[in-house]
Amino acid sequence: MNSTLVERRRRHVVVSGVSSDAHTWNLVFLQLLLEEMGHQVTNLGSCVPDRLLIDECRRLRPDLLVISSVNGHGALDGGRMIALLRELPELRALPAVIGGKLGVAGAEAGSFGPALLAAGFDAVFEEADGTEAFRRLVGEAPPALEAVSPEPAPGTEAAPPAPVSPAGVS
Amino acid sequence: MSTPRPPLSPFAAAVGAAHRDGELVVQPRMGFPDTGRMREGLLAVRAARARTVGTVTVDSYTRVGDHASARAALDAGTDLNGYPIVAHGPAAVRRMLDGLLGGASDDGKPGNDEPCDGEPGDNEPGFAVQIRHGSADPLPIVETLLAAGLDATEGGPVSYCLPYSRTPLADAVSAWARACELLAERSGGTAHLESFGGCLLGQLCPPSLLVAMSVLEGLFFRRYGLRSVSLSYAQQTSPAQDAEALAALRLLAAEYLPGLDRHLVLYSYMGVFPRSRHGALALLRAGAELAARTGVERLIVKTPAEAHRIPAVQDSVLALEVAAAAARSTPPSYGAPDDREFGVLAEARALVEAVLELAPDIGTALIRAFRTGLLDVPYCLHADNANRSRGFIDGLGSLQWRTAGAMPVRTAAGPEARAPRAEELIDMLSYVQRAYDQGARLGTPAPTPLKERS
Ligand code: B12
Repeated sequence: MNSTLVERRRRHVVVSGVSSDAHTWNLVFLQLLLEEMGHQVTNLGSCVPDRLLIDECRRLRPDLLVISSVNGHGALDGGRMIALLRELPELRALPAVIGGKLGVAGAEAGSFGPALLAAGFDAVFEEADGTEAFRRLVGEAPPALEAVSPEPAPGTEAAPPAPVSPAGVS
Repeated sequence: MSTPRPPLSPFAAAVGAAHRDGELVVQPRMGFPDTGRMREGLLAVRAARARTVGTVTVDSYTRVGDHASARAALDAGTDLNGYPIVAHGPAAVRRMLDGLLGGASDDGKPGNDEPCDGEPGDNEPGFAVQIRHGSADPLPIVETLLAAGLDATEGGPVSYCLPYSRTPLADAVSAWARACELLAERSGGTAHLESFGGCLLGQLCPPSLLVAMSVLEGLFFRRYGLRSVSLSYAQQTSPAQDAEALAALRLLAAEYLPGLDRHLVLYSYMGVFPRSRHGALALLRAGAELAARTGVERLIVKTPAEAHRIPAVQDSVLALEVAAAAARSTPPSYGAPDDREFGVLAEARALVEAVLELAPDIGTALIRAFRTGLLDVPYCLHADNANRSRGFIDGLGSLQWRTAGAMPVRTAAGPEARAPRAEELIDMLSYVQRAYDQGARLGTPAPTPLKERS
């Protein structure tokens, strides 16, 4: 059975970039994807300072936080931000995931997954993973809107879903 | 473009000299965190078999003014996506550029390879470098580059605010006004500034708005003292439409910015890039040919690493050489058969005129234009952008307006506008990537007879 971070019902998701990342097409795409899955999305946009992101999470109390970064600073900025966020007792159990192009060296650099999970994320989706594992994890609210899964890259058919730390997944 | 004027920035002089020699200047996007690597990159660019100028691309921490994080990353030896120029400071930049600029250099290398049989211009200015950043508040960067003896950079009050920051547009307008004044004053009037207005978010923006933004930022630069500017345009989905846009940009630049030293710069495709090496290089060549056909003076290249990671030095050298070779084998062909097919000139002019009517001061006019939605960048999430306009790629592969908000432009007839689904958005975003990865070439014009350029 798939683990889902969010039950099969309409939930409130905060989508956000990190402090130094200006890219927004990734955020626009994730918002559409989540809305089509039946969720309600608050998109905080790009270049979001840690303080602002944390304050918004405290104010909005979302069911899920989705962080996206592609500028190559995502592992640095995301790791720093989530450590700060987890210091707050009321946000310690907020399901939070990160994805995108998280470093500057592409797939050659190896995975930032373990470090980011240790820092406090519940799941990490690196560029090569596609969005299928993410969709599964987030859970479609209305199954009728199930979108076509991306074609798996040759030789990766049996790729396991992105790592999910046992702790923090509701 | 031939009235006597104060001495030019070495950067503008290098572009001017190449143009007189009938050569396209090619330039990389290049930034590494440490000074040594950056210097090696610049040396390799200078030595490439192409008419080059160098680039120092600034990292994202410096762009958003977080110099402490840049410093911390340097101390920890963490990789960054560019050169943290403020954290390094002007002394490091001077060291990096030592002996690298100008004609002959102290390490005995020529300032530029001259692979053509044509003679180098007699006032050959040699190698020059531009600082490229993406900062809504550029003052610390501008101060550092001036203190390091440089005078060429890039940006604009709108084009470095909306795509790059959450800074209020009004704040960016005042920061850029001060930065322009500082550049003009401290360089002794030589400084060169390029508008990023022809790129904005890089994709799905119909050309008329890109052309208008470049011209409007050029007017802003002049208002705040710059005498040497370049106006940009980024390669889009249709070569025919792009050629028309570049012709419109040249015409409007001549009309609105007479007396300034100016040139056009084309950016290799700025949206989602082909993943394959063959696709990336074919797209790069198509851009270089577009530049050569339309008489654009300078081209900024992308590399086969674009879809994957920050390009290494050898990726950039390869891209520069491939682009230069493609440009050299393309004859110019000014005056496309029908340069009004897409209506870019009329739309861009309407946008510029409508904005200029809003206020006598160009900065105020730009702020009002965005407040009223007279300018509206598709898909831009910035709080000061109306975000009611949407572009789409039509059946012929050109970019058109689906909805335009309050902009005085023509929207394509068609089905009622509705928000695209995620998959449709990805489809549009990857239109160019798909075509080139599959080995196709978009809108390849009928083959023109090859003739020598000079
Ligand atoms: C368009 C673009 C821009 C535009 C952005 C405009 C805007 N406001 O969005 C402009 C021109 C302004 C720009 C600027 C910069 N860019 Co840029 N940009 C691109 C480009 C060409 C396309 C990105 C895009 O639109 N993709 C479409 C969206 C929908 O897809 P995506 O972002 O790739 O995300 C997908 C996946 O990663 C995944 N995903 C992303 N996030 C998440 C999160 C989760 C939870 C999940 C499950 C999945 C997921 O899902 C998406 C769909 O498949 C890419 C290169 C490329 N891909 O071709 C470079 C690129 C991302 N840029 C890059 C860089 C470095 C920059 C700059 C720092 C300049 C520089 N040094 O070169 C600045 C940013 C400044 C800053 N402060 O951050 C680098 C990043 C390098 C790296 N990570 O190794 C890239 C890869 C180019 C390169 N090779 O150098 N850029």
